[in-house]
Amino acid sequence: MDKHIISLLVENSAGVLSRIAGLFSRRGYNIDSLSVGETETPGISRMTIGVTGDAQMLEQIKKQLNKLINTIKVVDIAYDSAVLRELVLVKVKMTHDTRSTIIDVANLFGAKVIAVEPETITLEMTGNQFHVQDFIQLMAAYDIIELIRSGVTGIDRKQSLSV
Amino acid sequence: MKVSDAIVQYLESKNITHVFGYPGGAVLPLYESLRTSTIEHILVRNEQSAAHAASGYSRSKKTTGVCIATSGPGATNLITGIATAYMDSIPMVVITGQVRTPMIGKDSFQEADITGATEPFTKHNYLVKDPTQMIPILQEAFYIASTGRPGPVLIDIPRDIFEAHATYEVPKEPDILGYKPTTHGHDGQVKKIIQRLKKAKRPLIYAGGGIIQSRSETLLQEFSKKTGVPVVNTLMGIGSMPMDADEYVGMVGFHGNKLAQAVLNHADLVLIIGARMSDRATLNFKAISADTEVVHIDVDPAEIGKIVEHHVPVVGDAYAILKKLLDKTPALTQEDWIAEIKNMKTQNPVMTLEPSKTVNPKTALRILSKLTDNDTIITADVGQNQIWAAKNYEFSGTRSFLTSGGLGTMGYSLSAGIGAKLGMPSKQVISVMGDGGFQMFLSEMGTLAELDLPMIVLVFNNNRLGMVRELQDKAYGKGKTFGIDFQKNPDFIKIAEAYGIKGYRISSNDSLEKTFIAALKETQPTFIECVVDPEFDTL
Repeated sequence: MDKHIISLLVENSAGVLSRIAGLFSRRGYNIDSLSVGETETPGISRMTIGVTGDAQMLEQIKKQLNKLINTIKVVDIAYDSAVLRELVLVKVKMTHDTRSTIIDVANLFGAKVIAVEPETITLEMTGNQFHVQDFIQLMAAYDIIELIRSGVTGIDRKQSLSV
Repeated sequence: MKVSDAIVQYLESKNITHVFGYPGGAVLPLYESLRTSTIEHILVRNEQSAAHAASGYSRSKKTTGVCIATSGPGATNLITGIATAYMDSIPMVVITGQVRTPMIGKDSFQEADITGATEPFTKHNYLVKDPTQMIPILQEAFYIASTGRPGPVLIDIPRDIFEAHATYEVPKEPDILGYKPTTHGHDGQVKKIIQRLKKAKRPLIYAGGGIIQSRSETLLQEFSKKTGVPVVNTLMGIGSMPMDADEYVGMVGFHGNKLAQAVLNHADLVLIIGARMSDRATLNFKAISADTEVVHIDVDPAEIGKIVEHHVPVVGDAYAILKKLLDKTPALTQEDWIAEIKNMKTQNPVMTLEPSKTVNPKTALRILSKLTDNDTIITADVGQNQIWAAKNYEFSGTRSFLTSGGLGTMGYSLSAGIGAKLGMPSKQVISVMGDGGFQMFLSEMGTLAELDLPMIVLVFNNNRLGMVRELQDKAYGKGKTFGIDFQKNPDFIKIAEAYGIKGYRISSNDSLEKTFIAALKETQPTFIECVVDPEFDTL
């Protein structure tokens, strides 16, 4: 079982998200993450879906997605040529003693401080899946109150996925 | 032009002669437009029947079937029919009425989210929000339903959209960004098939419903003849190869012929054409041995590699690919292999006809087979009757077999038979059923009586759900049947007569022939009940 990122272009019509989500659930495929947004072309959205599966399953996922009339293009983003990013917002407990170390860790990851309250600090961090994982792991030491992840999105450095 | 008028005009332009439906509040404007149209509306007794009848019409006439229902319960009643068509890849356009646009999402009277509900069972569906989009959507729906791998497409139309006005403008051709089916078949892949075919010692064609859907029966038969390659059929593929042809082996699957199964197991190259390798056909995906070379030809790329691993995948229409294969493959002979199959035939004797005090359904279907035309349409229901028909009626000539293969929907046969007869009035149509499925759709006898169609409804009555009984016997041991007996079946002849339909009851094999002869001469619908021993088995 490998992790893959599938990037797909879809017509931005009513029910398209439900069609795709329905396809995954009814065929027993797992969605690890999902992010959706408009593209440079009006009426066309891009979905970036993180999935886990073996080669056969991945092949089926791509074919089944392609079968949907609203799906325009499906690409399995190759890890070696892709730039993957995820946005993380994290609120952790902060005391006078931990403040400087939290900020040190944040700086290490290029995270920004976006809010400071008397007992909490909220950070914003963007990175690839490994950075995100490490960052969250380190933050866990300070008692995470709330964690929000955008889901992975990505772009291929070589091939371009447009209409 | 009123949108509902435009819809009817478009349907007329598509040569739709019959639509099957059931009216209600949300579709009233469409019915008002249909009233003055040349299209005949067939009022069924339950919306599910409308979908099955449209399926039968589509399959006999080789066109797209159309059915109509109102919003809410009308639409939800259609669902089983739509799912049935979806599983068997039947081209169909389903029109449902919807509550007025401002009422949507407010849990209004007779509101149901039918596009949401049918999303898993439709090739595509639409909710029309803009009257100017109605005709382009209708055109897309017909295009999507009938091209590539066919299937049902649903259009949900709010009442205010029906009543709105828009100019009648049909786009030149539909242009759907995300829908460009591959039909031609890659020449390089075709070459690979031929290379493998030349080398193979025991090649076999595994022909499915795709052959029938793409109208490639003749091509398949010519290709098999030219290359000597024998053919097995799936249930859906029945009718693609005349059963009396030398190259025909039999039907594979759970209830298939042992010989066909043995030949499939023994083949060294299997050409799968237009078949999705369902669990029933492949004995839970085990029918093809791991060392067999597999060529998989299908118009739906997702079917290739879904169940069986392949060596040569070919995406395309069976017709286009068989044409290429027929043109480019040299004449071949398979003498040793055919001899081997003949030898296997003696080890796997054909089904015997066990004596029966009541009617032996196998005998009945064999007699019927001798008496009926070369192009008869048999619709079969689900259960024992389906397998009896598939294996005992001889599908030769251009006879066809319409049944619910994928979803296994009981009651399909009667409505599908009505649709098939309307689509192809010159052909004999016989709807084979059991007493279970018949009672699910008994009310369609009313539709049949009104239409006064000369077709036969043949019910094998064993006063129980015979196949479920067999499954219970197999799973839990004999004598543990439960929930399968109809302890008070009505007098079916009286019911037929109450509808004004002539009824015959056959209680023993002796009167089969003369009753069938009489029924086949009728110029009105006839109902035949065959009394069958409750313990009589499928195989």
